[in-house]
Amino acid sequence: MQQILPYIINGISVGGQYALIAIGYTLVYGILRLINFAHGDVFMVAGLVMVYATTALPFYVALPLVLAATVLLGFTIERVAYKPLRTAPRMSVMISAIGVSYLIQNLAFYITGGVPQPVTRPIPWISENVIILGASTKRVTLVTPILTILLVVVLVYLINHTKIGMAMRAAAKDFETAQLMGIKINAVISMTFVIGSFLAAVGSMLYFTNYPSVAITSGGMPGLKAFVAAVFGGIGSIPGAVVGAFIIGLCEELIKGAGYTTFSDAFTFAILIVVLCVKPTGLFGEKVTDKV
Amino acid sequence: MTMTKKKTIFTAAVLAVLLAACVVVDMLLPSYHIAVVVIKKATVYSLVAVSMNLLNGFTGLFSLGQAGFMLLGAYAYAVLTIPVDKRPGVYQYFDGGALKFSLPEIFTGFMGDTVGSTVGMLLALLVGGVLAALMAYLIGLPVLRLKSDYLAIATLGFAEILRAFFQWNALGPITNGSNLLKSYPTFSHATPYVILAGLMIAIIVLLINSTYGRAFKAIRDDEVAAEAMGINLAKHKRMAFIISSFFAGIGGGMMAMYMGTIAAAPFKSTLTYEILLIVVIGGIGSITGSVIASFLYIFSSEWLLRGLDSGTFLGINAPGIFKNGFRMAVFSVIIMVIVLFFRKGIMGDKELPDLLDKKARKRKKEAAGK
Amino acid sequence: MSKNVLKIENATMQFGGVVAVDNLNLEINEGEIVALIGPNGAGKTTAFNVVTGVYQPTNGAVWFNGEKIIENHPQGKMKKLYKGQHDGEYTGVIAPTPDKVTKLGMARTFQNIRLWKSQTVFDNVLIAKHCRATSNVFSATFRLNRKEEKEQREHVAELLNTVGLYDVKDELATSLPYGKQRRLEIARALAAEPSLLLLDEPAAGMNPQETDELTAFIGQIRDEFKLTIFLIEHHMNLVMDISDRIYVLDFGKLIAEGTPAEIQNNKRVIDAYLGVADDA
Repeated sequence: MQQILPYIINGISVGGQYALIAIGYTLVYGILRLINFAHGDVFMVAGLVMVYATTALPFYVALPLVLAATVLLGFTIERVAYKPLRTAPRMSVMISAIGVSYLIQNLAFYITGGVPQPVTRPIPWISENVIILGASTKRVTLVTPILTILLVVVLVYLINHTKIGMAMRAAAKDFETAQLMGIKINAVISMTFVIGSFLAAVGSMLYFTNYPSVAITSGGMPGLKAFVAAVFGGIGSIPGAVVGAFIIGLCEELIKGAGYTTFSDAFTFAILIVVLCVKPTGLFGEKVTDKV
Repeated sequence: MTMTKKKTIFTAAVLAVLLAACVVVDMLLPSYHIAVVVIKKATVYSLVAVSMNLLNGFTGLFSLGQAGFMLLGAYAYAVLTIPVDKRPGVYQYFDGGALKFSLPEIFTGFMGDTVGSTVGMLLALLVGGVLAALMAYLIGLPVLRLKSDYLAIATLGFAEILRAFFQWNALGPITNGSNLLKSYPTFSHATPYVILAGLMIAIIVLLINSTYGRAFKAIRDDEVAAEAMGINLAKHKRMAFIISSFFAGIGGGMMAMYMGTIAAAPFKSTLTYEILLIVVIGGIGSITGSVIASFLYIFSSEWLLRGLDSGTFLGINAPGIFKNGFRMAVFSVIIMVIVLFFRKGIMGDKELPDLLDKKARKRKKEAAGK
Repeated sequence: MSKNVLKIENATMQFGGVVAVDNLNLEINEGEIVALIGPNGAGKTTAFNVVTGVYQPTNGAVWFNGEKIIENHPQGKMKKLYKGQHDGEYTGVIAPTPDKVTKLGMARTFQNIRLWKSQTVFDNVLIAKHCRATSNVFSATFRLNRKEEKEQREHVAELLNTVGLYDVKDELATSLPYGKQRRLEIARALAAEPSLLLLDEPAAGMNPQETDELTAFIGQIRDEFKLTIFLIEHHMNLVMDISDRIYVLDFGKLIAEGTPAEIQNNKRVIDAYLGVADDA
């Protein structure tokens, strides 16, 4: 027990970070039926901005700046790359998403010179070491799950009890009818991207507190895994995404603990394929019937 | 002369001129010259892009597993062709590897040096293609039932799983773990690449224009109608998936040949994205487009726009701006412009012979407008 | 007594708790034109989808040319939910996909035209011939099937001549006027060489003149291709003109069957359907 405990703690922490990213996927997919391939890269950009901002500015300026910059990026991507393709076939939008991902990575490569940017000034307090149950870890490991749950509760409240939340639910249920009923669909979609990017930025700050540097490819894997988590939990469902993310985070760390680090990524995809084939609606997803 | 005949002659003439040009390049320039390198790489990309187009453009199956199948082909080629006496050096961490033979050497034994090693190399490519096809069959059983974006993400996932397996130390005696495979034979001239990829693409074109290719297009246009008209969806989708993967496997083998050394690392999803974007630039549903786009893409990234990365471009010297990575940044902006504003790409769904035929051109324009 | 072509036997189609088709029994004999009519939402298209393999019936069977081609009984969750009749009478499961049903000799058209958009008129019909091709993918790719391909093309040209679409064969299918698209869809179905043709509202959206032409056309192809025809239609003129027999469906249940004259005078039909329809 003493041996696997650190892996379990880490798993819960990583799971929380995945959950924050997964919500972005699940919200966007719920409304646009689009896998936002660029979401993982938005996460990576948040990490880069954090590295640059924290080295130049005090934390109380830098951290809000990271949130603002990431939200702006998510908003801009939607407006520039997805909005013009609203009536286009789904394949075109997906290709556009892949194009954006490619663009962000190449721009980041240009700016960073392809060198991983070291996290020189990690966020204080949460990056300090603590001992829990005999295992040494950073405080962020404890903070992540708590913060995640807190943010999810706020988000669920927002979606269930505010006007914009109701509009989001309506748009997810039936895009066209929602539009006909006078819901400003573009505002709703922008809001979705804003929320998704905001949470990704928070996730990014927590995630990179645990890592020594941010590379341009850092966003790819966590992004894909968060997406898998969203599918696992039932795409479109927020609690589903969160539960899925915790399960995936835990499994991944346990596999690492068992000595199969090479397969920790592969395992996630194996889960994905099994879920898609056995229960494509995931744990909490609603069944959608296709009309012939 | 009928239109069909005219078209055939026109196409044959264009292809003959291109092949002749390639032979001339090979005779005049040394094999390390950038022109030869560009032709080699672009031909390999052409084949892979066309194989992806067969699936995404002609059958309407949005698959992102291309890199995985290329990986299989590349490894099969390298593992089967490394000369026996070089194996201990290559597999230094794995006791010289598990395989104690090399296909080209087996054939040189009774066919002579040149013919024998060529036969062996081609056979290794073929094995790579067949392995990729087999893998596609296995993967296809579960994933081909999935709809558009789920299919995309599942195939992407399979490619990643495959890559993890190839880096696994337990398979090291065959795959060399995460270390490089090298010292295998390659073609130094560009012409063999052109002929080989040209033949493969020709076969794909023949397939697309056959009754099976027409069935693929019917599935792309309307699955429900295709099934109602007696086209077995499961069988035809599987067929397209297997055939596309077969050619991706061969393309992967040729990629190994072109690169000289291989490891699993470059066969990431980024490679698949790159190929997908080439297909989009050329026009989804146009073989000619995929080939033209491959050449344009490789020519500009390897040669024309090199200066963007190394300080001087078009005579302007600005090392502060033209530094490492600027080329790809410019490139991805161009790609986004094409994706957003020129969605039909260079060729739309037109092919080389259509350039002669005004009526077909007009018709296809209408189709694209719909 | 002529040969029985299609027999729907106690077919029930239930979606969750909704019974869309309730214990349908229906027979069609060789050479007949039989219409299935009923108000919107009566379950006509669902019945078509059951016959052609798009849906698997919840209970019951379908016979084609004396052979049982589809059979099912309530399974899994449906065991508890099942509200229909003849529960427990069927034990087998035969569930062919639509393409298998088509290969057996049944071809259909769709309520909302489903042509292959990017293909020409000629290719739309030619593709439907694919299911009759005997070549495998290898022989087709390397053109070892020249003879078959040539025969198919000749067949298609002939077919297009018969239906009067030969002069537009190189046009894009979707560039044709509406009436011709309907006709093309029928030609495409004929290319699959069916013995039973199913038409789902072939006259939908047509003006009276086009409807008259279609009526004549259906009669013409029945004679020329020795077909049996099963159709769903709302245009009563067309139905009464060409049908040998009519089945009437309401809320998933069969409420009447008979010749056009009998149906026109049937009290239940008038109540359920003709009485409330404006254009009848």
